[in-house]
Amino acid sequence: MTVTVRHSEMGALLGFAERQLYVYKRYWVWEVVWLFYSVVSVLSIGFLASGLGTLGAGGESFDLRKAQLYLLVGALLWGYLSLVFMEAAYAIAWERWEGTIEYTFMAPVRRMTHLMGICLFAIGYGLARTFIVLLVAVAIFNIDFSHANVAGALLVLAASIVPLIGLAILTSVLPLLSPQKGEQMSFAVQGFMLLVSGVYYPLSVLPMPLQVAGAASPLTYALSGMRHSLLEGAGVGDQLPTVGILLAMGAALIPAGILVFSWAERRAKRLGLLKRSG
Amino acid sequence: MALHELDLIVQPGGVTGILGPNGSGKSTLIRILGTLLTPDTGTARVFGWDVVKEALQVRRHVNRVSVEAAFFKELSPWENMVYAARLYGSAGSGTRRRVVEILELLGLPLDVIDQPMKQLSRGQQQKVAIARSFLTAPSLLLMDEPTTGLDPRSKKEVQTVLETLRAEREITVLVCTHDMNEAEALCERVLMMDGGRVLADGRPAELCRIHGGATLEGVFMHLTGKTLEAEEPAEVAP
Repeated sequence: MTVTVRHSEMGALLGFAERQLYVYKRYWVWEVVWLFYSVVSVLSIGFLASGLGTLGAGGESFDLRKAQLYLLVGALLWGYLSLVFMEAAYAIAWERWEGTIEYTFMAPVRRMTHLMGICLFAIGYGLARTFIVLLVAVAIFNIDFSHANVAGALLVLAASIVPLIGLAILTSVLPLLSPQKGEQMSFAVQGFMLLVSGVYYPLSVLPMPLQVAGAASPLTYALSGMRHSLLEGAGVGDQLPTVGILLAMGAALIPAGILVFSWAERRAKRLGLLKRSG
Repeated sequence: MALHELDLIVQPGGVTGILGPNGSGKSTLIRILGTLLTPDTGTARVFGWDVVKEALQVRRHVNRVSVEAAFFKELSPWENMVYAARLYGSAGSGTRRRVVEILELLGLPLDVIDQPMKQLSRGQQQKVAIARSFLTAPSLLLMDEPTTGLDPRSKKEVQTVLETLRAEREITVLVCTHDMNEAEALCERVLMMDGGRVLADGRPAELCRIHGGATLEGVFMHLTGKTLEAEEPAEVAP
């Protein structure tokens, strides 16, 4: 890749991220609604944990405070990771809604640049939104992060983005394969990840086939690693194995995602699926 | 089959018109050249690059104006255009000035530049689409019914801008149109298509002379026995 082309691709990458920013500014009312929904969801999980004691959960071995923190961390992280996942997974669906898919696919931009530009915005936006939800949760539940190792948690969070992008690119292929049902299939993938990735419970409570699926989900390692740092103070050194697993998954998932996307794009052009919106 | 076997060479620098009713294969041809459709058989090259195997190189030199306004409707003309400029590597400090210049040439009121596209009329949206294509400075401009929905004055403004652009630098234009007056005014060469086949190919005056029509509409009627406005099934992929 020449310097000129690299410069051009970088400009396009920023162009996609900037376009998303403009779109979100115009749809700001929706974003306020989604932020409210995120806050309410996380608070519900927090109050669910608070209510466990009154429902009879207790005993000497049951740490209610720890259970609450466990669930809140899961809810917050799921909110962030699922937002990044769905933003990237909806890269194509969004273009179909707006009727811009042909224009974007005709642009002299590598598909990798296109999808990474969308992910770049999603990561930044997701962080901002999750930070606001975190502030509300900390204020209401008086969460104690005094034992947390923030550096370890941030390292896992950063590494978890890599395989998540790969998974999201794979999912974004669905609306290319099926203009009618692709979007709904993206939701199904998201729901399945929620089930098997240990967001609100340890994997050990799942039936064996779902445990196997959970072991293949990068979110499982991301959530486990983050909890390890936030609840038990695991530092950067302790997290290196988890980071290694996440990066290895990313190294496999991102090229696989790009390859599958390229195949789906060729298929769509052969069958004339780009033009269709339904 | 939307497009039959076609042997066509377009020389750089001219305006070539493709005339035909709906379903004649002209939009399919434009999509193939724009790398949006893959032909079942045969090859197509743009400035020597294969549209399938070297699609990225082709796209660097091509832009398209389609009959549907392909915009983010909530974004303003400026936001849509700066996005396009970034994708085509032509964004810079002078982008806003250039956008204003082009929109002025097209006769678009400048107070709409920061309004959402959805608030613009169909004609205004189409002018922004044309302005966006000019902004990216393509060497090959594919125009699929570019002036459909515009009033006669706006059509004239688009034609003037196209002529201005051609005077500034060499640009090859392929334009699909139903508008016979537009074709006669703009095109140095005209292809008449029907049923996915090219029926006639030549200069407008030459076609009229050979086929004995006073106008291009007459030539088309002579060749097909129908008018260009006739309703045909919508085009499908090849």
